[in-house]
Amino acid sequence: MTAKPKFAMYWAASCGGCEIAVLNTHEKILDVDANFDVVFWPVAMDAKYKDVEAMEDGSILLTLFNGSIRNDENERLAKLLRQKSKLLVAFGSCACEGCIPGLANLSPVGDIVHTAFNTITTDNPHGIYPRTSFDVPEGELHIPTLAKVVRPLEQVVDVDYFMPGCPPESHQIAAVIDLVIKVVKGEAELPPKGATIGVGDSTVCDECPRARNVKLIKEFTRIQDIAPVDPTLCILEQGVPCNGPATRSGCNARCPQAGAQCIGCYGPAEGVMDYGARLITAFASVVDATTPEEIDRILDGIPDPTGQVYRFNLAGSLLKANREAWIKG
Amino acid sequence: MTDNNFEPTIIGFTCNWCSYRAADLAGTARMKYAPNVRLIRMMCSGRLDPTFVLRALSGGADGVMITGCHPGECHYIEQNYKALRRFHLLRRVLAGLGIEPERVKLVWASAAEGAKFAAETTAFVEEIRKLGPLGWGKGEEKDEGGRIKDEDSSFITHPSSFGEEVSA
Repeated sequence: MTAKPKFAMYWAASCGGCEIAVLNTHEKILDVDANFDVVFWPVAMDAKYKDVEAMEDGSILLTLFNGSIRNDENERLAKLLRQKSKLLVAFGSCACEGCIPGLANLSPVGDIVHTAFNTITTDNPHGIYPRTSFDVPEGELHIPTLAKVVRPLEQVVDVDYFMPGCPPESHQIAAVIDLVIKVVKGEAELPPKGATIGVGDSTVCDECPRARNVKLIKEFTRIQDIAPVDPTLCILEQGVPCNGPATRSGCNARCPQAGAQCIGCYGPAEGVMDYGARLITAFASVVDATTPEEIDRILDGIPDPTGQVYRFNLAGSLLKANREAWIKG
Repeated sequence: MTDNNFEPTIIGFTCNWCSYRAADLAGTARMKYAPNVRLIRMMCSGRLDPTFVLRALSGGADGVMITGCHPGECHYIEQNYKALRRFHLLRRVLAGLGIEPERVKLVWASAAEGAKFAAETTAFVEEIRKLGPLGWGKGEEKDEGGRIKDEDSSFITHPSSFGEEVSA
């Protein structure tokens, strides 16, 4: 019997939801075990970085990399796994476009550390901050050093495929696993390099069953402030900023179907160069006003426009929000 | 912070029917205005995707000027109102990203207003000159794959205030 192809999964700056989404494929996970030799998956099995370092370059067939690049450890592992893997997949929104961790790029990293260790909810009477290295009798100890900005995987290493979602939907993961197994058996071909996989080819609105009429609204509001939410009418038309118009399909419009606005976790739809810009266009087109004063009054209903239109995409946006600006500060 | 030698780079988006003709008129009438603006003609200010503005800023522009027909006079009936709404939301988003919203300006100019176009352009260049360079398009060296090159400076060493002793 020939050796099974090798599989790895790693988490960088992420919440662990992507791993849960993989486990949510239920019995499909057994197919992974049946067809692959799982060599590295810190959340599921014990393995050391040095074990990976000892592997031959390109010896891992498939690596699912979730999480963004927040610190030097993330970056080291991204480069290591790139070197050892034939196929490196940016798995989940963090690895694809920065996701929620990417919102940290709106603040200088010093402010972030300060907030974490010195706010009213933190019991830190002596104002002690972590150090990245510390001398002990046995030698020098290190903890990872924060990078100035959060970066998606693609801004650090070459990526073969992108699989967005926060987390990717389990049925999409199952479909991708099936495809890779078929490829291994020679029954199917891989999509072209750089492709976004496990997704639809349109927008969330296209999958959403809610009725769209002529969208014009006099007021933006929050979903919790309208009761009850009309179960059949477009959520944006009800005045709630819904990110569906710019977001890639693939989730079967899960949130709108459940009565909540789309928050955009599947990232920019095909052909969208900047996610936020597309949403600016979408939101601006529903504003029912022609004077600057009235437009401003309506837009006041979106309290955090930047966070709204770049909730998942900030680190992957055109401006990346930004490197140089914060490096100066 | 303003460098005396700083010449702002401005990208101007003009609509085919009014503001581009205003610029044309300013030219044929030999009016003088600041040469910092690079005009890009589009059919209508309503064609202006906010992506264009972000692309300009991320590519090294210090400011973006959007011009169109006066409200009520759009060649395509009401598209300049769309431009107006996008402009307002875009400025809010830019402010959240740490970019002065004044770096993006909207000017209405009819085909007869060459003088207004010239004056507004010059005024905008002076405003941007005061704000200083944006510089968001610079300082990113990229390798062949288009990825940002590594530099030691991309990781912070914690400010000295973080270096206090950890109690054992």
